[in-house]
Amino acid sequence: MSNSTTFQPIAPRPAPVNTEGPVAWIKANLLADWKTTLSTFIVGGILLWYVPQILNWALFKAHWAADFNLCKIEGSGACWGVVTEKYRAIIFGRYPFDEQWRPLVATVLLTGLLVASCMRMFWRAWLPVLWLVVLALFFVLMYGNVAGLSQVDTDRWGGLPLTILLASLSLVASFPIALLVALGRRSNLPAIKTFCTIYVELIRGVPLISVLFMASFMFPLFMPQGVQIDVLLRVLVGITLFAAAYSAEVIRGGLQAVPKGQVEAAATLGLSYWQTQRKIVLPQALAMVVPGIMNNFISTFKDTSLVAIVSLYELMGAMKMAVNSDADWRPYIMEGYFFIALIYFVFCFAMSRYSHWVEKQVNKSKLR
Amino acid sequence: MNPGSPPKKNNWSWRSQAFRGVVYQIVAIAAITGVVWFLAHNTLVNMRIRGIQSGFDFLAQSAGFDIGESLYPFDSEESYWHAFLIGITNTLRVAVIGIILATILGTLLGVGRFSRNALVRGLCLTYVELFRNIPVLLQLLLWYVVLTEVLPASSEAWQIGHFFLSKGGLNYPIPVWATGQLWAAFGIVGSFVLIWIYRRWARLQFEATGQPRSGFWVPLLILIACSLIGWALGGAPTELNYPVRGEFSIENGGALTPEFLAVLLGLTLYTASFIAEVVRGGIASVARGQGEAASALGLNRNQEMRLVMLPQALRVIIPPLTNQYLNLTKNSSLAVAIGYPDVVSIANTALNQTGRAVECISIVMLVYLVTSLGTSLLMNWYNSRAAIKER
Repeated sequence: MSNSTTFQPIAPRPAPVNTEGPVAWIKANLLADWKTTLSTFIVGGILLWYVPQILNWALFKAHWAADFNLCKIEGSGACWGVVTEKYRAIIFGRYPFDEQWRPLVATVLLTGLLVASCMRMFWRAWLPVLWLVVLALFFVLMYGNVAGLSQVDTDRWGGLPLTILLASLSLVASFPIALLVALGRRSNLPAIKTFCTIYVELIRGVPLISVLFMASFMFPLFMPQGVQIDVLLRVLVGITLFAAAYSAEVIRGGLQAVPKGQVEAAATLGLSYWQTQRKIVLPQALAMVVPGIMNNFISTFKDTSLVAIVSLYELMGAMKMAVNSDADWRPYIMEGYFFIALIYFVFCFAMSRYSHWVEKQVNKSKLR
Repeated sequence: MNPGSPPKKNNWSWRSQAFRGVVYQIVAIAAITGVVWFLAHNTLVNMRIRGIQSGFDFLAQSAGFDIGESLYPFDSEESYWHAFLIGITNTLRVAVIGIILATILGTLLGVGRFSRNALVRGLCLTYVELFRNIPVLLQLLLWYVVLTEVLPASSEAWQIGHFFLSKGGLNYPIPVWATGQLWAAFGIVGSFVLIWIYRRWARLQFEATGQPRSGFWVPLLILIACSLIGWALGGAPTELNYPVRGEFSIENGGALTPEFLAVLLGLTLYTASFIAEVVRGGIASVARGQGEAASALGLNRNQEMRLVMLPQALRVIIPPLTNQYLNLTKNSSLAVAIGYPDVVSIANTALNQTGRAVECISIVMLVYLVTSLGTSLLMNWYNSRAAIKER
């Protein structure tokens, strides 16, 4: 018998390299080659050094009780007592202490409506009506003077309710202006086009703070003799005009993305200008600009912190006033800043996630 | 009449689109003129009643207030006009340095999002999400608190080499002015000429032989060599003005105030998070096949990025990057909140002293409009160079 007839198995091939599971992931993402490994060790070392220190300061060695003597102990971490002690003054500003359930209810209503407006099942014809109702309710609750509620003037309003009111009201009010300006910038009529272009470029060329200064110093001069406008309303008008210019550019981008053939097809069907815009162009354009509008809303929400400079005490102004007015707590204002930074972060982060989700939804229709 | 063309209808009826257009425009112009006239009339009446003076003549008057920091000396006796000029230079100083630093940091963070290392990716993502979701004004104020309260007093300043960091700001050594620096500057100017000649020669060589030559290292070498030669020709001055601990503060040397540092840090870190997103979006927009094709041609990862990916990504990156530069410049106006004497802060002081709201606010708006339009023009010119050359 020769060797050639006996069965001789070849050496088994090595098992395939695992491409799934945590070990494979670490191999591919942390220890792929010497450069990756080196940077893993450097970055990991820095993290291991600093993260425990930060956690120690912020959590483990921090004092939560509203007692500033605790924070004076050597080696203490963050002094969150400032928040425990002042949180009502931070969140509601100078609103009368016993009446603070009113801004609470009003804020919950408005925030609830904002959240509902983000959900598809609420995108119905009655949503704008609901907005008007809730905004009216907000004002009734905050201002009072009806149904046994005491009157609280707008200069006592402050904190988170003011922030949310300024942001959402300027969004709602700026939308129609932005729509008209965006259409105007694409109009064939030279006078209207020029006016809209000047408006947008002028507003976008200057910082919001100069618009707010204008609202607080120049608007009183603009009004006829004897007419006094509330400072809140003036600032609201300023922010609305500012936000409208930015939204107009976003909407114009959406209008430009609608193919020309759509407008021409509408013209051959004999639709008028307004019919074309309302039935053909806007439904397509507006669906595309929702993420952009949402991003504008996020920046407006952040920009409302500027009204503290023209002495309206929104969230940040309220925090500064609450902490600075108390000499015992003043050294711990940094913790106060961190607290409101957290509030802003939660709101803005949630909204930016939503904006991402909408963007995916919009793109889905294009990727069939 | 030519039967081929339809009769041109230009009748004066509501059915004519052209006529309607004219009517709409006349109505719009009339409405805008009416509103402007109404507001201007009210303003004039109100100003007369309240006894507010108007006009820009106050610019020549003596300002009467001191300015915390300026690029060149300012005295409270000098005119408002001068004070505004210092405000503008302060705004530009923080904006230009901020733009440069934010671009570098933002680009690193944006490229870091594509790192093969998960830790680096995660760190970049965390940074971007954290910094862009907190209002920039809050960040400025927070940095200001950190710089003025957490840091030690200037008598116990942190010292690294000849650099001091304390509540009084950052102190650093500066070279003592001598003719040697002037010669070095001449050397730098001369090196630009040499670099231009070298690049021209390199391009001709490349077109003739296909041999690529370094477009970065050789010019860098020329730049360093020329400035060193200039410096040596000028007598090689090495004297530096070192900051030293004085009795009450750090003395001598160059200094950056905590206000300036807070504005710079806040604006840079905030804008860098947006620039990182712009850069990430730009790189992600380049089709995946481009990178694969570059590898197929045998380019290494560095060449692939530099020759294939970046030139295509830049076209997408530049327009939103311009917007971020403009935003940074406009956000520098928030410096007023922490007392950095930028143009808004100067205008605010002038407004409170003279009561001329209309004039002061229009100066601020004009300054920002000119800066914005100037930056847009510059970036549009650069964009037209980077855009796809279509025939």
